[in-house]
Amino acid sequence: MADPKVGEQVPELRVTPDKYLPHRYAGASGDFNPIHIDDEFAKMVGLPRNILHGLYSMGLVAKANAALADGDPRALKRLSVQMRGMGVPEQEIVVTGTVKSADGDRVVVDTVATQGETTLIKNAEAELEL
Amino acid sequence: MALKTDAVGKEWPATTYQVGREKIKEYANALGIENPVHHDVAAATKAGFRDVVAPPMFAVVYSSPAVGPAMFDPEVGMNFAAMVHGGQQFEWAEPACSGDEITTTAKLLSIEEKGGKGFYVFETNSVNQDGAQVVRGTWTLIVRGV
Repeated sequence: MADPKVGEQVPELRVTPDKYLPHRYAGASGDFNPIHIDDEFAKMVGLPRNILHGLYSMGLVAKANAALADGDPRALKRLSVQMRGMGVPEQEIVVTGTVKSADGDRVVVDTVATQGETTLIKNAEAELEL
Repeated sequence: MALKTDAVGKEWPATTYQVGREKIKEYANALGIENPVHHDVAAATKAGFRDVVAPPMFAVVYSSPAVGPAMFDPEVGMNFAAMVHGGQQFEWAEPACSGDEITTTAKLLSIEEKGGKGFYVFETNSVNQDGAQVVRGTWTLIVRGV
């Protein structure tokens, strides 16, 4: 997206993490907290099932915003998020973003990640240099 | 009960992480990030990087080993059973590439109580082998029922 304008949408990102995604993300990130990879353990501590890593969902928010710069990893200068609802495997996640301000090559995007009725990430602010 | 805040300002020993091509690829694959600059040396160098470059959020991979011991420090005294990762910020400077040695320090910025919850805010700062700034992270952990 060249020269984004205030109010413009970031290309929507839709991802359905499969049953084993939390295991792959655990390996990639080094976070093996059993609430993410052990369904029985998760239920024992009162969760509906094993849940996604919050930083995985934040990773999807970063990926959605990188699309503004054709995926250039140098573009994202700052990303600030609040993690809210719990994400689960095998259900689609939708990441949407709206350009909040555009000052020369500096663009700030408001991003939200939802899964069904659950908001995973809110008040996400991404600052990009395009 | 007032929250124990003695540990505010505490800094922990630095950790060093060696960034590698296969680890970058593994992270990019988990997130479904297909840009060849994360997978292929030729594509990365053609785009102006020293080597295969990490996606920005790979920051969690090299900064977690620094913030982990800080969170588990008994002097900080967080109740893990009631803890959630409530917020996160990263501010990026120089990109991290394969071959880089990233040194990260962690510090406890603040402990505050709001509405019966404890907000513990840690900061990590990562620099590369040339001393160039790579990323600064702000980690907000929320403990219920304090």
